[in-house]
Amino acid sequence: VVSTTSIPWRSSKSIQLLHKRDFCLGVLPDGVDRNSEAFAQNSKAMEGLISQLQSHINKVLAGGGEEAVKRNRKRNKLLPRERIDKLIDPGSSFLELSQLAGHELYGETLPSGGIITGIGPVHGRLCMFVANDPTVKGGTYYPITVKKHLRAQEIAAQCKLPCIYLVDSGGAFLPKQAEVFPDKDNFGRIFYNQAVMSAEGIPQIALVLGSCTAGGAYIPAMADESVMVKGNATIFLAGTTTCERSAATGEEVTAEDLGGASVHCKTSGVSDYFAQDELHGLALGRNIVKNLHMAGKQGVMNGLHNLNPEYKEPLYDAKELRSIAPIDHKQAFDIRSVIARIVDGSEFDEFKKQYGTTLVTGFARIFGQPVGILGNNGILFNESALKGAHFIELCTQRNIPWSFYRISLDSWCVGSRSEANGIAKSGAKMVMAVSCAKVPKITIMVGGSFGAGNYAMCGRAYSPNFLFLWPNAKISVMGGAQAASVLSQIESGNKKKQGIQWTEEEQENFKSKITEAYEREGNCYYSTARIWDDGIIDPADTRKIIGFCISASLNRPLEDTKYGVFRM
Amino acid sequence: ESSPHGTETTSRIEKILIANRGEIACRIMRTAKRLGIRTVAVYSDADRDSLHVKSADETVHIGPPPARLSYLNGSAIVEAAIRTGAQAIHPGYGFLSESSDFATLCEEKGLTFVGPPASAIRDMGDKSASKRIMGAAGVPLVPGYHGSEQDIELMKSEADRIGYPGMRIVKTPNEFVDSFLGAQREAAASFGINTILLEKYITKPRHIEVQIFGDKHGNVLHLYERDCSVQRRHQKIIEEAPAPNVMNDFRSHLGQAAVSAAKAVGYHNAGTVEFIVDTVSGQFYFMEMNTRLQVEHPVTEMIVGQDLVEWQIAVANGEPLPINQSQVPLLGHAFEARIYAENVPKGFLPATGVLHHYRPVPVSPTVRVETGVEQGDTVSMHYDPMIAKLVVSGENRSAALVKLKDCLSKFQVAGVPTNINFLQKLADHREFENGNVETHFIEHYKDDLFTDPNNLTRAKETYDNARFGATLVAACLCEKEHSTIKSSLPGTNGLLPIWYSHPPFRSHYQASRTMELELENEYDGSSSDFFTFSITYQSDGNYLIETEEVNSPGLGVKATLLNNQDFRVETDGVSMDVSLSAYSKDKIKHIHLWHGSHHYHFRQKLELDVSDDNEIQQNTNFETASHPPGTVVAPMAGLVVKVLVMDGTKVEEGQPILVLEAMKMEHVVKAPFTGHVHGLQVTAGQQVSDRSPLFSVKNMISLQNAWKHLSSYYMTVCPIYIAL
Repeated sequence: VVSTTSIPWRSSKSIQLLHKRDFCLGVLPDGVDRNSEAFAQNSKAMEGLISQLQSHINKVLAGGGEEAVKRNRKRNKLLPRERIDKLIDPGSSFLELSQLAGHELYGETLPSGGIITGIGPVHGRLCMFVANDPTVKGGTYYPITVKKHLRAQEIAAQCKLPCIYLVDSGGAFLPKQAEVFPDKDNFGRIFYNQAVMSAEGIPQIALVLGSCTAGGAYIPAMADESVMVKGNATIFLAGTTTCERSAATGEEVTAEDLGGASVHCKTSGVSDYFAQDELHGLALGRNIVKNLHMAGKQGVMNGLHNLNPEYKEPLYDAKELRSIAPIDHKQAFDIRSVIARIVDGSEFDEFKKQYGTTLVTGFARIFGQPVGILGNNGILFNESALKGAHFIELCTQRNIPWSFYRISLDSWCVGSRSEANGIAKSGAKMVMAVSCAKVPKITIMVGGSFGAGNYAMCGRAYSPNFLFLWPNAKISVMGGAQAASVLSQIESGNKKKQGIQWTEEEQENFKSKITEAYEREGNCYYSTARIWDDGIIDPADTRKIIGFCISASLNRPLEDTKYGVFRM
Repeated sequence: ESSPHGTETTSRIEKILIANRGEIACRIMRTAKRLGIRTVAVYSDADRDSLHVKSADETVHIGPPPARLSYLNGSAIVEAAIRTGAQAIHPGYGFLSESSDFATLCEEKGLTFVGPPASAIRDMGDKSASKRIMGAAGVPLVPGYHGSEQDIELMKSEADRIGYPGMRIVKTPNEFVDSFLGAQREAAASFGINTILLEKYITKPRHIEVQIFGDKHGNVLHLYERDCSVQRRHQKIIEEAPAPNVMNDFRSHLGQAAVSAAKAVGYHNAGTVEFIVDTVSGQFYFMEMNTRLQVEHPVTEMIVGQDLVEWQIAVANGEPLPINQSQVPLLGHAFEARIYAENVPKGFLPATGVLHHYRPVPVSPTVRVETGVEQGDTVSMHYDPMIAKLVVSGENRSAALVKLKDCLSKFQVAGVPTNINFLQKLADHREFENGNVETHFIEHYKDDLFTDPNNLTRAKETYDNARFGATLVAACLCEKEHSTIKSSLPGTNGLLPIWYSHPPFRSHYQASRTMELELENEYDGSSSDFFTFSITYQSDGNYLIETEEVNSPGLGVKATLLNNQDFRVETDGVSMDVSLSAYSKDKIKHIHLWHGSHHYHFRQKLELDVSDDNEIQQNTNFETASHPPGTVVAPMAGLVVKVLVMDGTKVEEGQPILVLEAMKMEHVVKAPFTGHVHGLQVTAGQQVSDRSPLFSVKNMISLQNAWKHLSSYYMTVCPIYIAL
């Protein structure tokens, strides 16, 4: 029996006893001084960040406002998260993605980007859910809505997760059509993805629970199987205009007659299952998944041979993760104290512990699943990068998924000595290893992620299967202060050439503007609003979320890794 | 006195056939097995897998379900005994137990009939003859007509002479003919006789009976009396021994009268002499003698510490009684509660169905459970709907009553409505506690025994209790669902279980769900209560259960699954064990909860995991709306014995339309209101299932009104019934 509840706090004495035993050689020490000033400060700061996060989340959980929610209920429709709750197995977990997409992105609020995405099990099979929120701008697609939809499809394609589209949308948001419609990663890509995934044998299921107008009509039409709900669901290509025209000719056509469930299930064949009401529609959706019978097709999953069904919880309280990472990224802390609160039994077998010490690498298990872990413990040096590349090769050889923890202050150690040592060459090796590795990759940003370090530690550009931020995370090409100082030096030089006097005050003003912009744009909300990540998480949930991510990633068989040319 | 070795019988019983079914067959077999006597069961098609069949060493199939073709088929039973080499037949109670023809047939075929001599059965079985004999022997009698002339006009004039009201069930003259014919048919169906007698009705009577026992050596003794006053529909539901509030003098007079009665007919084996006691005058009158082992014999066994079936076999073997009158002990007090599958709010109508959950209380030296059914069995329309007899004993009456109440609250039946809640109310009634019992007890105290909708304080209390029960159900269902789904996971993806950890994970919020439970009021049929809960999975594993009602704070409940059906629930620091049973029937999930002295039955619509469109349609119409207004459906599964009007006839409100028979009882189905009968297609002899439409009545009154009439209609069904 697998125990998944967090263990009670253990006294340091019992931990000491554990350390004495031989087989616990890899057990990490606690590593946290609970009485220190830093601990207290970090706790307080993180508490503030989490409560700020919670207040943003609470706003988006309310959907498109009281009035819209009331209207929705009046039509016997559930809210998108409630719909998903009814679809996933009762009492099971749901990993929601990018809850704060669209946060302060447009002049108007767009809670969760107007679409809910995430992963949860249906009849024991993990599925990707994409659910329009009809209470938010009628479920129309803003640019960020499209991006979130596409990101969900990307994950589904990567993990071979059946896609369930809960359609209730007015289609593209017309005033922003230029950002929604024409480009490669715009609206049309949704249907392209459906076609390609379907071809790959990844089931595409559409449950039409509300309107499904114009371009959106292709979602059920492109689906392998679709369900329509009597009364509420409508599918029209041409939408309301057709109705108007009919009215003009004196022909009375209701929405239901034109594109309702009856028409599409009985006459047009656009939809396959006729649902009496929404709950019935959701039940039919569950049945479709039950009948997928994919298990036989996939065979034995790779990388699961070593799975230990009986695992231990970490020895130390996961809630203390909220007190470990400093808000001030200049402060150093030992990433091992984070690892100790995430891996099974806090057991971590470290690889090349004495070499390239600014990158911590090693093997551990999470919920019994072997994982490789790469965590920054400061600036990446030559040696650290070589060590990282080496460790990644080990993992790909053995089909072990990895997690990264980014905490570096500045990604690479710059300077004449480093350059001479070929830091670029070493960094390139690690980037090559990261890019080509076919094992599942999960990145958690637990601090600042700047510059090329973002690349080496599997930033967004390197397509980690999942990428989450802690509320204290920062992402930018370099730190704000550093950028300000670099830019003011350049500006100062320019001014000198032009012979313009630049007062101390002006210079400070210039610097603070830059710092401010970097602070804003490097902020985790700025990132998550634009879906540069998959969401901001509570540090205390890190272990669970990594578990969900590995579980989802291992839904597909692992492929062999083939690297490009390593510059030696 | 004869010595045990005085009579050398030819042979002792080594194999016995039990010509009965259900609990009594099981109970007789238990004693037989203890005595080393092998057992033969007989069964009808309906009982192929019954407990009594499973309990026997050998079994013989004797015919189709209707009793007259199987358990009343004497020759088939005798043949079964001969085929299996049984030397004796025990008839149990009911069926052939009081058929002198059968007793004679047994003797003719060389089989020992475990019961009285055929002559005594004949004398006592003819109720009119028995009264004559008793009158001659000086046993006091109630005034009445006991003649054998059964002409309907003569009977009516006799009834007129005795006076109305005064008949046991017929209160007005115009009810007479229907009642008379119904009683005749019923008697014929169950006993193969159709003699009816008339008797004066005593307004505040007690029903007290004396257990007697005789051997073949002329010894007769009594084993004290039983009080069987508490009855519904003229059938006993709670019996006790000895009778409460009875002086020793009265007791010994009663005993002596009973012994005299038995001696007057040369009685041997077990018998019961029934008396009616007029509580107003203190007089007792002979009513009848039952020449068999009674249903309620265990209460006597409890207080005298004897096994009456063992005695019956010993007497049949020709042995003398093991003790004499002065050696009969009186050990404390015993109660028997008869647990029936029945619809209390519908006038105690017998119910049929599957026992989806059946968990009687554990037995002990002071608790006996006599049952003939197991979980999964069907209570069919063919036989008596009794599920079990719960028998408890204690040092004295109040100690035994405490035990009775406790056992009733722990006696778990789900699938068919039962009278358990009602028995609890009875046992809890102050007048019952005081021993002030009489045969109209239930009628007299109906305001206390049935929830009075006008009593707002009590209605509120009942509602609050039910809501608390529903809260516990919600928590237990969530917990159960969680464990079920986790244990049924496919084993392929090793990390999958983490998706089912508890509480379920949500990003930055707590998972929650809603649950709707509808209280099925098995007990008093008052309007159902709906509970809509919001259940939040809290991080400590508790469920926070809230309702939309104002002024009702949420309740945190921790539920731990102990085994498949038992949970330990904790609320506000108080823990208790509860049991839960759930099953689905007609697309509705039924959930039963037992906690403390409460038992609740909730219904939940099955929302998800349905595959058929039609199913959903039925699902949404699960209430009574499936038939057009004015439709009258069968109140129970049964046999149509008579159709009284033609289709299309104009009928008055309350006019009898047809007569249904089920489980030894007849039910007159009446017109719910004035109008024309439509769609009446059933004919006499036709079997109908529970709630199947029988006919409809159409008239000018509005449809709404029709519904109102119909909903109160079942409460007014007044079946004709003859005391058995």
